[in-house]
Amino acid sequence: MLYSPRRMTLAAALAGVVFFTTLNTARLSIAEAAGEPGATAPAAETRPATETAPAAPGSAAATANNQPSIKIDVLYLKQIRDDNPPLSLLDLPAPDEGLAGARLATADNNTTGRFLGQAFELENIEDANVDTLIASAAEKVAAGTGFLIADMDAASLSKLAAAMTGKPALILNVGNADDDMREEKCSANVVHLAPTRTMLADALGQYLAWKQWRNWFIVSGPTPQDKLLADAYKRAAKRFGAKIVEEREFKYEAGSRRADGGFEQIQQQIPQFTQNAADHDVVVVVDESRLFADYMPYRTWIPRPVVGSAGLTPASWHPALELWGGTQFQNRFRRLASRNMRPIDYDAWLAMRVVGEAASRKRTGDFKTLYDYIHSPEFEVAAFKGVKTTFRTWNGQLRQPLIVTTPKLLVSISPQPGFLHQFSELDTLGIDKPETKCQAYTKQ
Amino acid sequence: MSRMNSLLAVTALGATLAITSAEPAMAYKAFVSNEKDNTITVIDTEKLEVVKTIKVGQRPRGIVISKDGKWLIVCTSDDNIVQVYDTATYEFVKTLPSGPDPELLVLHPTGNPLYVANEDDNLVTVVDIQKGSVISDVPVGVEPEGMGMSPDGKVLVNTSETTNMAHFIDTTSLKTFDNVLVDSRPRVAMFNHDGSQLWVSSEIGGTVTVMNPADRKIIGKVTFEIQGVAKEAIQPVGVRITKDGSKAFVALGPANRIAIIDTATLKVEKYILVGQRVWQIYLTPDDKQLYTTNGASNDVTVIDVASQKAIKSIKTGRYPWGVVISKE
Repeated sequence: MLYSPRRMTLAAALAGVVFFTTLNTARLSIAEAAGEPGATAPAAETRPATETAPAAPGSAAATANNQPSIKIDVLYLKQIRDDNPPLSLLDLPAPDEGLAGARLATADNNTTGRFLGQAFELENIEDANVDTLIASAAEKVAAGTGFLIADMDAASLSKLAAAMTGKPALILNVGNADDDMREEKCSANVVHLAPTRTMLADALGQYLAWKQWRNWFIVSGPTPQDKLLADAYKRAAKRFGAKIVEEREFKYEAGSRRADGGFEQIQQQIPQFTQNAADHDVVVVVDESRLFADYMPYRTWIPRPVVGSAGLTPASWHPALELWGGTQFQNRFRRLASRNMRPIDYDAWLAMRVVGEAASRKRTGDFKTLYDYIHSPEFEVAAFKGVKTTFRTWNGQLRQPLIVTTPKLLVSISPQPGFLHQFSELDTLGIDKPETKCQAYTKQ
Repeated sequence: MSRMNSLLAVTALGATLAITSAEPAMAYKAFVSNEKDNTITVIDTEKLEVVKTIKVGQRPRGIVISKDGKWLIVCTSDDNIVQVYDTATYEFVKTLPSGPDPELLVLHPTGNPLYVANEDDNLVTVVDIQKGSVISDVPVGVEPEGMGMSPDGKVLVNTSETTNMAHFIDTTSLKTFDNVLVDSRPRVAMFNHDGSQLWVSSEIGGTVTVMNPADRKIIGKVTFEIQGVAKEAIQPVGVRITKDGSKAFVALGPANRIAIIDTATLKVEKYILVGQRVWQIYLTPDDKQLYTTNGASNDVTVIDVASQKAIKSIKTGRYPWGVVISKE
């Protein structure tokens, strides 16, 4: 049985998982509490407003904030993709995946904005047709929206970037992990919050190196994305002294998540598939869409840990992460979205926070000023990662520590101790400056 | 890198321990909250020994002592409440209300009320500690944390970690009257004793901003550089200033060091190696010793202020977080 994205939306909404459903241009009025006379708390907070008088600023730093004088509009563009649903019901995407993170950051930005006379407003557009998305985006940009958070595949993101060239718009990529988009196909008007495949593979690879699990047996899926991810793991193996002892392709019929038979057949199939592999320390399963990876743990021919797309996985975020003051952040998200925060929610939160941080530091909504500041080496933003996160100035990729985690709990944080770098240890994750093929950034 | 630091820390402490000959300190009690053990470790500052471990509520963090010295007031964050214990008998006295996830707190110089930063709802809660009731809430930025009280009791400063501001609150009207942007993730706000300087530490920004509370103008910024320590590992959190106002101490988190700063020049005079992930700090009332909570190594380091040396590390519970020292 196949879920269509629409049906998943409906099912999730019916199950009460999500309390709002939007398709096409739902206006989110999170900004409304900002700076309004009488507003004592941000709208997203559940605690009722108290009887205390509104924050009444009395000095220069906070004047003029009864009415926000600066309005900053952000548009969230989501390309609805006809993806196969992942194996586990636990991995089904929520209808507001990503968007909910941007909404939380909008509330956070507006809490800060109250004190600076700044109001942030988030709109979202979802569509399967990229041209429709781009046309809507162009319309909004013409009307003054400067920031576009994009959850799109590589081809669509390229198209959007080309369409926005020369226009006052910055694209913040949250949905795409392609290294290419930061390298050969990079654009100066795109910054990337989502970690790349090479960053993720390096994060896990460093941990495996630290564990001295050096012999990797790669089992990869057949999709083009799986090939790219497998390449990223092979690159990581080379960089960190691991050996790919064997590589096998796992073929499956897409969309056959139930029809393959129940557990009885899987229980037979996976041991057979992994039989007689060269001696290995770990199975690196490469399955970006999570269509078969979760079949691997506990079923391999010999008992070996499964890492990669199942078992121990690398990610930008995890719903159980409580380090670095993350607890309150997780709580705020759960109150807002009534579900756990996933990596794309985190990436989108950070995208919106980048806009908010730039606006509060520069105290302006002027697009050019904010664009230049975000592209400058001075820009930094705290993101519950224990260190400041910054953008790589040669390709606009966010530099950040990544999490190595089991499905339930953090195992480690990469970069691992001992992986040194002359500029930033965070640049030991992913393609570094000397290897970059991006030219758009250096040209500008 | 961090492992090497910890090894160095251990050997350095061992060495100083062997040759220690600091003059004896007065006997005060240092109370250390252990975030993961749900306990308070009580240390005799003369004997430099643990004398008692008090079982408290869940995830104890911020900790203060009442003006009369009788009550130990502890934020038990995961219980969403503030607990009160007797500083002499260590018996539980009562609970005080707070907002969700109380983290740091400060008392008005008159001894009442208590101001609590509730990290989870963007509010500072004002609590009458005698009546045990909430007087008011003051809306502030995202993730309120640091709480500084001016010596005259007129101004409360709260820092908000994600908004990156120091919010100045008039304690009479309970309204914010100024908001000053500082570097990323401000953790602690501390006035000096004559109220002429306010110090705000920025954990992720890696700096301490010093401002004049009278006009909220920034006097200067303290920056840190330690050879062999990655810049990202320098994360200023706890701040204390001596009564004569001449020296400030800043805990530098995973850099595993305390910086001693000349308050006139705002330059670091010395870095002292302590335990791992040093968080909050407190001076004995005679300003002779500084206690540091070292979260990742489960101990406190005692620093002799005169000689600027670490004289002892004392084992605590797991993840020591806050520290306060009694007046007698």
